[in-house]
Order: sequence, then structure tokens, then C-alpha cells
Amino acid sequence: MHRFANPARFTRIADRVLPFVAVAALASLGIGFYLALFVAPGDYQQGESVRIMYVHVPSAWMAMFIYVAIAVASAVALVWRHPLADLAAKASAPIGAGFAFLTLATGSLWGRPMWGTWWEWDGRLTSMLILFFLYLGHIALMHAFEDQQRGYRAAAVLALVGVINIPIIKFSVDWWSTLHQPASVLRLDGPTIHASMLWPLLITALGFKLYYLVLVLLRIKSELIAARLRALDLAKLSAT
Amino acid sequence: MALFEARNLDCRRGGRDVFAGLSFSLPAGGALLLTGANGTGKSSLLRLLAGLLRPVGGAILWDGQPIDAEPGDHAARLHYLGHLDAVKPVLSAKENLRFWAALRGRAASIEPALDHFALSALADIPGRLLSAGQHRRLALARLLASPAELWLLDEPSVGLDHASVGKLAEAIAKHRAGGGRVVVATHMALDMPGAEPLSLDALAPPPLPEMVW
Amino acid sequence: MSGLVLIVGRDLRLALRQSADAWLAVLFFVLTGALFPFGIGPEPSLLKLIAPGVIWVVALLAVLLSLERLFLADYEDGSLEQLLLSPLPLELAILGKVLAHWLTTGLPLIAAAPLLAVLFNMDMAGLGVLLLAMLLGTPILSLIGAIGAALTLGARRGGVLIPLLVLPLYIPALIFGVGATDAALAGLSARPDLMLLAALLLVMLVITPLAGAAALRQALE
Repeated sequence: MHRFANPARFTRIADRVLPFVAVAALASLGIGFYLALFVAPGDYQQGESVRIMYVHVPSAWMAMFIYVAIAVASAVALVWRHPLADLAAKASAPIGAGFAFLTLATGSLWGRPMWGTWWEWDGRLTSMLILFFLYLGHIALMHAFEDQQRGYRAAAVLALVGVINIPIIKFSVDWWSTLHQPASVLRLDGPTIHASMLWPLLITALGFKLYYLVLVLLRIKSELIAARLRALDLAKLSAT
Repeated sequence: MALFEARNLDCRRGGRDVFAGLSFSLPAGGALLLTGANGTGKSSLLRLLAGLLRPVGGAILWDGQPIDAEPGDHAARLHYLGHLDAVKPVLSAKENLRFWAALRGRAASIEPALDHFALSALADIPGRLLSAGQHRRLALARLLASPAELWLLDEPSVGLDHASVGKLAEAIAKHRAGGGRVVVATHMALDMPGAEPLSLDALAPPPLPEMVW
Repeated sequence: MSGLVLIVGRDLRLALRQSADAWLAVLFFVLTGALFPFGIGPEPSLLKLIAPGVIWVVALLAVLLSLERLFLADYEDGSLEQLLLSPLPLELAILGKVLAHWLTTGLPLIAAAPLLAVLFNMDMAGLGVLLLAMLLGTPILSLIGAIGAALTLGARRGGVLIPLLVLPLYIPALIFGVGATDAALAGLSARPDLMLLAALLLVMLVITPLAGAAALRQALE
């Protein structure tokens, strides 16, 4: 399988797909942000600051989505040992960490006028903070070994353990936060959200997904080039 | 009688192809002597045969069954001696040996094993006081303390004095006479009559200039 | 099963002959706990309030301190290879090693916890629940920690890496453990938190052998 899994073919397909995905990502982000900033109404309570939501919420979705994607890729890598799955997991983790960080930063900015503090130990933000730590652990483990293969395997096991633990962590943090303070003001998941806010949200969320796809493809391509350089070095080594 | 064989093994370590297309078969009582320069994959082959490593291609069969079908059964029928001796510094020589023999669950014969490698006098000495050669002898005593059909020995004679090398050859001969099999990688002369040589030098795959994962 | 007993027996014997390690964790536990009054002032009512939280956090750090040596010595001297090639399933071997780790780390911490409770002027009515929660919670810390210890074998700066991997996963145990004690101190039922801790313990009893075995196998490849 490994001998014949062909990186050149992946690169060819990626090159063909990339322009379309990139254009689609730009278009949906453009439309989404236009709707979010100029068309969608402000909130009668929160005013204009509610527009932070259009970055905050899709980022949070992406941070969770990417962790699950890494776990799926990790399972594939461990069971079938497909090298592309290893690369996908490695390429995704920093992007997921970036989205988690963006969620925390926008949450803090949004919370400032709401709570009067930069940080509140709100259940959702706290869970996201822990997710961010899980990402950092994954990235650190991925790069902790001289042998990249070991980094792939160890990080894959960690991702699977993490994904099983995330619901437990989420539950425990909710348990803890309801014990200590009232429910969050950032609740948006009710079915009552108005269409004028929902559409921009969904379109920016789509844009974020496509943007992630572009980044992952680019990062896997650059990993492949780096792997090729290493292989050439090794070939030189065994030729001498 | 069961056959132990490898078919078309490909091995890759650290993104580099170590050897490709390696095959052999080893009948009961047989010995395989691995030779080859450094880095040709003798240790990797032994780890593959033990089931510690997975080959990227090919199969390792015991009696026609892939060894990873029942890893527990395979582990139970082999002794693997790597570069490390697995001797705990705070346990005595005897305690060290007894633990490993008991873990394998068969009728253990600790005293004769210690005796064979001239460790009887050191039985109650803690591991940290033993020399490197004595560590090695204690590791070798594991082979005798509990029976196993297949011995995989990676440079077993490192650090051994002349007499101990003779004792090792004697143990191997006795093991083979009883129908046991042995695969040995060694740079030093080890007396094994009728051992099949297997050179890994010729099996290095051509360096791949194309892209690899 | 007898193989598991053998492993626990060996690890206990090793720990007893190097008993300084076990004492170190307990000493760390008490000493670090005793730092808090210097940091926040000796106000008895405040200390009383934070006692369960401090005891749990410090216990967690003490366990963390002891994790690196869980598999490292066996990895470095070749015992882990032999363990993997023994007829005993690796999953059971891991459970044995975790059990021995808990007996030499978790149990001494539980024994030392009343000392910190006294230093923090904790209401002794909550002591029973605190100890019960620790009895359920510290094995969870050993179990989760074992995964981190197994994953970092052979890594650069493995010892620094373990906290990064393990601490986020410790949060649920911390929440339920402190929750139980706080509830008992507030005169509420500690039952829900204790049940959740027990459930978490069961979950980790399943996950750790599986994930740990996968981690050890890849470490020895």
C-alpha cells in the first residue's frame, strides 16, 4: 500500500482542486462578512458588538470540527497505516489550534462589554480553552521525536484519547460552571435565532470550512516536498 | 513439523528502505546466521521476526500462519535477546531471572540456568553490582530458565569472555538438538555447525530517487 | 491474572527498594500545599474555603511528578521489550504497572491528605468524603497519566511533555473530586460527584489499557 500510494498523484489532484476551493472560500467569506457587517441587524441589547459572533461562532465550530477530523484521520492512520492520513492530521492540528485561539480571543473581546472583564470562566469559553490545550499537546507530541513516524503514531493515539475525553471534559465543565455561575450570555444555539442572523453565520461558516480545506491541501503539499527533500538526503547517504 | 519462514519481507525504518525481498525458511533444529554490514537491517529483521516491528510488505509465517494472527502465541514460543539486558539494578540476579521465567508461566529451571552461565555464585548479588558481561550472561540465562522453541539473538556475545561464548555455543547446540530453532546476528565467531548463512548486504534496495511518503 | 500479580509484585518490590521516590511525591504534596498560606495569607476562613481545591490540585501535581518513571526505566533497560514479548497480554501488564503506581503514589497521598486538611483548617465533617473522593480519583490520575507516560517514551524532553498532554485530561477528575468535597462541606449530598468519579474511573479502566498498549507498541517499533 505504501509503496504504491503515490504522492505525485495526490499533488496532481490537489493542484487541480485548489484554485476552485480557494475562489469559493474567498467568495463565501466575502459575502458572509458583507452580510454580517452591513446587512444583519445589531442586537437590541448588545448593539454592534454582536457582530463579533460571525467570527466567534464559526471559529468555535471549526475548532471542534478539526479536532474530530484529526481523530478520524488518526484512526485511519493507525488501522490502515495510510501515510496521507498522518500528513492530514499533522497539517490540521495547527489550523485547529489557530481557530481555537481565534475563538478565545473573539470571545474575550465580545465578553468585555458584556461582562466588564476580559475573561470570564464561562462554560463554553473554558471548554474551548481546554480544547486549545489539547491542540497544543498534540502539536508538541507530533514534533517531539527524532523519527517523524513515531511522532505520527504517538500523536494519533493522543488524538483518539482526546476525542473520547472531549465529551467528558465538556460535561464536567458544564457541571462545574452551572454550579458556580449563571448560564452564559453567549447562548446562540436556540432554535429562535432570526434568519437575518442565521444566513450570514452559515455562509461565513462555509467560508471558514473552505479556507481550512485550502490550508490543509497547501500544508500537505509542502510536507510532501519536505519529505522528498529528506528522501533525497537519505538516498545520498546510502549511495556513499 | 512446523516451519518458520519469511516471504518477501520489505522493511522500512525512519523513512528509509532497509531491505527488500528477504525470504528464508527455517526447519526445526535449524540455525540462521545473519551477516551484513552495519545498517543493513540485522537488528530490524530480528525485531520483525519477534513481532515488535511490522513489515511494510511480505509475510512471516509459523506453520503457515502469519505470526500477527495470534501475537500472544508467537510471543509465547520465542525468546528475544536484544541489545538491552533487562536487568533491574535493585533486584538480585536470581530475582531478575525468576521474574521473567515466572511471567512465561512454564516450569522454570532457575538454578541450572544460572549454573550454566556460571552465575550461581552471584545469584544473590543485586544487578547494579554486576559487570556488563555478567548482565549479558544473566540475559542469556533467560533462554534456559524457561523453554521456548525459537531463539532470536541480537549480538548475543557482546561483552562475553571466551569461556562464556563457548557456553553460549553449547546452549545453542543443545537447544537445536532438542528441535529448537535459532536466528543469530553476530559479528563475532560463534560455533554453530550447519548454520544457514543469510547475508543482508545483497538485499539493500536501490535508493529511490522518486518521491516517497 | 497471575501475570498481573507478578508485575504488581515486582514493581512494588522495586519501589520499596528505592523508597525515596515514593517519599518524594508525598513530601512534594505536603510542601507545595503548605506554600499556599504564604501566598494568600493565613486567614483561617479563606484557607478553609480553598482547602479541598488546594489539596486536589497539589495531589494532581504530585502524581504528575511521579509519572515519568512509570515506564521510562523499563523502556531504557529493555524490560519493556521483554514485557511486550511475554505471553501476558500487554493490556494486563499495563494495568499491573498502573496499579503498582497507584499503590506507591496515590495511596500515600491519601494517607497524607488529612495532614493538609488540618493545616488548612478544613471542616473535619468533609474529611471522609475528601478521602473517599481521592480513593476514587487518584487511580484515575494514574490511569490517564500512564497514557501520557507511554506516549512520551523516547521523546525529546519527555518529562516536560507529560504535563502538557495529561493536565487537560485531568480536569474532569479535578472538578468531580473537588465537587464532592465541597458538596459535603456545604451539607449537600456528595453522591452525584462521587458517582461521576466512579464512572470516570470505569471509563479510564477501559481506555488506558487499550491506548497504553497502542502507545507502548509504537514506542518499541
